[in-house]
Amino acid sequence: MDAIILQTLNGLDKGSAYALIALGLTLIFGTLGVVNFAHGALFMIGAFCAVTLQRLLSASYTTLDETRTDFLGNPAKIETPYVEAWFGPDVGAGIIEWSVPLAILFSIPVMMLIGFAMERGLIKHFYKRPHADQILVTFGLAIVLQEIIKYFYGANPIPTPAPDALTGSFDFGALLGMDPNVIIYPYWRLVYFAFAALVIGAVFAFLQFTTFGMVVRAGMADRETVGLLGINIDKRFTIMFGLAACVAGLAGVMYAPINSPNYHMGMDFLVLSFVVVVVGGMGSLPGAVLAGFLLGILESFASMTQVINLIPGINQIIIYVVAIIVLLTRPRGLMGRKGVMEE
Amino acid sequence: MLGLGRKDFGLLVIVALLTLLAPFILNPFPSDSSLAQFNAGYPDLMQRFVIFGIFAIGFNILFGLTGYLSFGHAAFLGVGSYAAVWMFKLLTMNVIPAIILSVLIAGVFSLLIGYISLRRSGIYFSILTLAFAQMSFALAYSVLTPITNGETGLQIALDDPRILGVSQTADGSIPVTHLFGLEMRATEVVNMGPWQFQFSAGYYLCALLMLIAFYLAIRIFRSPFGMMLRAVKSNQQRLYYTGLNARPYTLAAFVISGMYAGLAGGLLAAMDPLAGAERMQWTASGEVVLMTILGGAGTLIGPVLGAGFIKYFENIFSKINDNVLHGWFAFLPDGIEDALVAVVHPFIGKGWHLTLGLLFVAVVIFLPGGLVEGGQRIARLFRRKPAPDTERAHQHTPAE
Amino acid sequence: MTKTNVTRRGVLRTGAVAGAGLALPTYLRAAQHEGFTNAPTGDTVTLGFNVPQTGPYADEGADELRAFELAVEHLNGGGDGGMLQTFSEKNLDGTGILGKKVEYVTGDTQTKSDAARASARSMIEKDGAVMISGGSSSGVAVAVQGLCQEAGVIFMAGLTHSNDTTGKDKKANGFRHFFNAYMSAAALAPVLESLYGADRKAYHLTADYTWGWTQQESIQAATEALGWETVENVLTPLAATDFSSYIAPVLQSGADVLVLNHYGGNMVNSLTNAVQFGLREAQANGKDFQIVVPLYSELMARGAGENIAGIPGSQNWDWKLENQLGERYTGTNAFVQSFGEKYGFPPSQAAHTCYAQTLLYADAVTRAGSFNPCAVAEALQDFEFDGLGNGPTTYRGADHQCFKDVVVVRGKENPENEFDLVEIVEVTPADAVTYEPDHPMFSGGSLGSCNPGA
Repeated sequence: MDAIILQTLNGLDKGSAYALIALGLTLIFGTLGVVNFAHGALFMIGAFCAVTLQRLLSASYTTLDETRTDFLGNPAKIETPYVEAWFGPDVGAGIIEWSVPLAILFSIPVMMLIGFAMERGLIKHFYKRPHADQILVTFGLAIVLQEIIKYFYGANPIPTPAPDALTGSFDFGALLGMDPNVIIYPYWRLVYFAFAALVIGAVFAFLQFTTFGMVVRAGMADRETVGLLGINIDKRFTIMFGLAACVAGLAGVMYAPINSPNYHMGMDFLVLSFVVVVVGGMGSLPGAVLAGFLLGILESFASMTQVINLIPGINQIIIYVVAIIVLLTRPRGLMGRKGVMEE
Repeated sequence: MLGLGRKDFGLLVIVALLTLLAPFILNPFPSDSSLAQFNAGYPDLMQRFVIFGIFAIGFNILFGLTGYLSFGHAAFLGVGSYAAVWMFKLLTMNVIPAIILSVLIAGVFSLLIGYISLRRSGIYFSILTLAFAQMSFALAYSVLTPITNGETGLQIALDDPRILGVSQTADGSIPVTHLFGLEMRATEVVNMGPWQFQFSAGYYLCALLMLIAFYLAIRIFRSPFGMMLRAVKSNQQRLYYTGLNARPYTLAAFVISGMYAGLAGGLLAAMDPLAGAERMQWTASGEVVLMTILGGAGTLIGPVLGAGFIKYFENIFSKINDNVLHGWFAFLPDGIEDALVAVVHPFIGKGWHLTLGLLFVAVVIFLPGGLVEGGQRIARLFRRKPAPDTERAHQHTPAE
Repeated sequence: MTKTNVTRRGVLRTGAVAGAGLALPTYLRAAQHEGFTNAPTGDTVTLGFNVPQTGPYADEGADELRAFELAVEHLNGGGDGGMLQTFSEKNLDGTGILGKKVEYVTGDTQTKSDAARASARSMIEKDGAVMISGGSSSGVAVAVQGLCQEAGVIFMAGLTHSNDTTGKDKKANGFRHFFNAYMSAAALAPVLESLYGADRKAYHLTADYTWGWTQQESIQAATEALGWETVENVLTPLAATDFSSYIAPVLQSGADVLVLNHYGGNMVNSLTNAVQFGLREAQANGKDFQIVVPLYSELMARGAGENIAGIPGSQNWDWKLENQLGERYTGTNAFVQSFGEKYGFPPSQAAHTCYAQTLLYADAVTRAGSFNPCAVAEALQDFEFDGLGNGPTTYRGADHQCFKDVVVVRGKENPENEFDLVEIVEVTPADAVTYEPDHPMFSGGSLGSCNPGA
């Protein structure tokens, strides 16, 4: 029982990452009709927003300590972060420690800008080009973005811890009246889940309840008619692209403490996010979210020892098995719209 | 001639000449010059050019003609490689049975996957093929290790049975792959002054098979069957309304292209008897998609060009290091030399991915029809006589 | 398109024909006259350094490349000579190898067998390399070793830790300086006993591929010999990035030690996840819960950050060895000094092993008096040496594996900088980690006979 609850929590947590990435992807892919292979790279850049802010906040000046030596026998260099010098060691260390939550604020404008630049500079010219061309250009772009990050930050993962206050784990078992330590779950993962729910809710509310969202939804359904009504749909699609980049970026920022970011983390999620979007059904935002959680939970259950012992290797392939079953039983995924990307 | 139109026959002859003379063409720089770094005329890379050319030609039969974008074609290449290496382990080091088996196994495997995946179209089809290939990769890497030797890759060993051959040679080595005694690794090195040209037996076998594959592809493109496949691409609905079922045609195209991939996989193993699971990973499937689009999807020669382009960057640019750069710029004053090296540094060696990514973007922006369009533009320059009508017609029928 | 090609070909062929006309063509078969592949003919010799330059191990590859460059510099008489001065053999005098200046080519393995073999083949076929070295994973090492055997050149393995490299996949032309999973286990076991006692229950998470399996098998055997119990061994997919669903059940399994048989990014993530789930502070069976990472590397430690504090593991070498444990590990400081002066930070164990391998190869050629791989292999077999930073070392002839002391380390609680993340706990002497060549974990293959190629 406790194992099931634990794996459900894990599944919800994984699912929230999948859902966030897939949500951004489906905004671009399922609605603007652009096959965006650079979406994983946007997620990765989000995570590196956290790394960058951490680096910026811990920017230091160097003093030489003559009493100690470094490994070559030269006087040791002592690095003191400016924030510690300005605000005192305690407050300074505190600010650095909270760099990941602060990076949320930092990343929103950055990701928006990157999204706008991508759309205006490149993607805009590819709306009417074949999907093949879109794949080539966005894949090329993804490689370029990745290599730029690698050039500045190296290939090794970079630890980006959550603030100490959020690093412990929460005893769920005690809450449910079980023995202590039966079901404990890390705070940060709970934060991630809550954050994902918030972002997903905000995106839906934005599209559902604002005039802007209404126009965009109309544009997705019939771009030409909306254009004929004299509404500038292109501008709104640019904003949509920025929004999608932002959602992917935020998913990345919050993911940084869960797994140390590295430059190819986007590629690791790329294939998966396409699978999630397609299983959810093309052109459906709720479908993408639903599929994200579904695949996350099933993946967690498939990695239970009992299940692996029953079917060896199932944890390696569960995502793909589910994808095949869903696509064969439901021709357009879970909630797909007819006629989107079916050619 | 050979059942081809004049233009197609001309193309075939040109491709044949290019492949046969590749050892010269790819080694334009004297081997002791500093530009020798850019020479690609050594057996391994030449073999890769034509093998991946075969892979891309086959992929293009499916994607270029029917528009069905398979994202799992590497699985067939991987299966072909495994089949070939098992033939080397169990039967004989002669490459013929290995290549035949790899084509057959890949054909059966693609029939299976194609039959299921082709129930859907568009992106749903792509994801189904991707899912099958990723499953094959994950299982080959882990659970199926007894068959695939997992991470290490399937290799031939001293204690393999090899019923029709020897387990080990007289001097205790592993026997090498051969074609009725002609060793695949045999290479004739010809020195002409400062130039060095390498003629590899393995390369010429691959080249011959690529020419056959290319010829068959032309025949398919020009056949009624090819017309039917193009009809699937342009409007499948209409086909249905005329009472035709497109499925058998697309399935046939899928299996043919799967067999091409199997042939490529078998040849890879024949040139270098090793089969690794990475050959089936999605990145490998993505690579052939990129090769085809980069060269020009739906064109006959495009995929081959795309394959050559990507493999060239992977193998040549990754080997340029700062040391080499300093060699090139050594004639310049020190300050300028260092500055130039610093500028070029991010794009070579470990930065070859960056160069490749930038070129993808550049090609797709400036040459919307792929590398083939680049060729056409240059050809137009040479022709000097603008022939707008025929040119435009050419562009609007990419399946040429 | 068509026309262009004709034009280009025409131009090139004209060039080729002109070239042919200028010089009398000489036809000769590859290196037939020398009796082995790529016999160096001029006044230079070319070595091939094949390291991961893209992909997750790119930083490790970059460090290996730095070490290779340093080794070449020292062999050619540049720099301060590094470990040439401390090496027990004094054959290398800074005049290259056998009087030939050392040149090198580099390539990218991408940590994929296929790409690594393609890169190695281009070094052999195009650049005329007589020796290939480097690499950062066992799959690649085994693949390239097989290629070198077929082509008839020497392979000096870089970082490869699987038992198979010198076990069932060993080859006569391949040599490994780095230690292996069995040695890690043998070195760790006594230390684990003294740290955590003989009554422990272990839970293994193992990367689901051959290296992971050999390491898990080795650790399980060694710890069970102490009296530990193995509760469970769970195989995790290589592609996994989030290990939460594998970590979550650990605490409920009755185990009180978690062994992470992961390397690289897998290890960084699984350890980070384990710490997130509070395993480091947890109690089980009335004892403090412990985490063990059998194979450590400096780069992994850097990626895991503060999560590694207090976590034990093993290393092939550490740059602090000589300072802390004295004379026996002579060579360490000389290497750290010249590496540090040139690059500004201390070398990793991957860099050390690659530097040592290059020197060992150069020395073997000098002693053999020939670049012929068979002569070099003979010179390396059962070769005993010292002064390369690991203490007295033997290159065993039966399987081409080096036997030397193994360093047991632990993550530092309060590291001073990003290069000082581990502290040395103990060094397990070579005798304790030596095994018979026909040990079951290494059986199933044979060296075969050396192949000079050509």
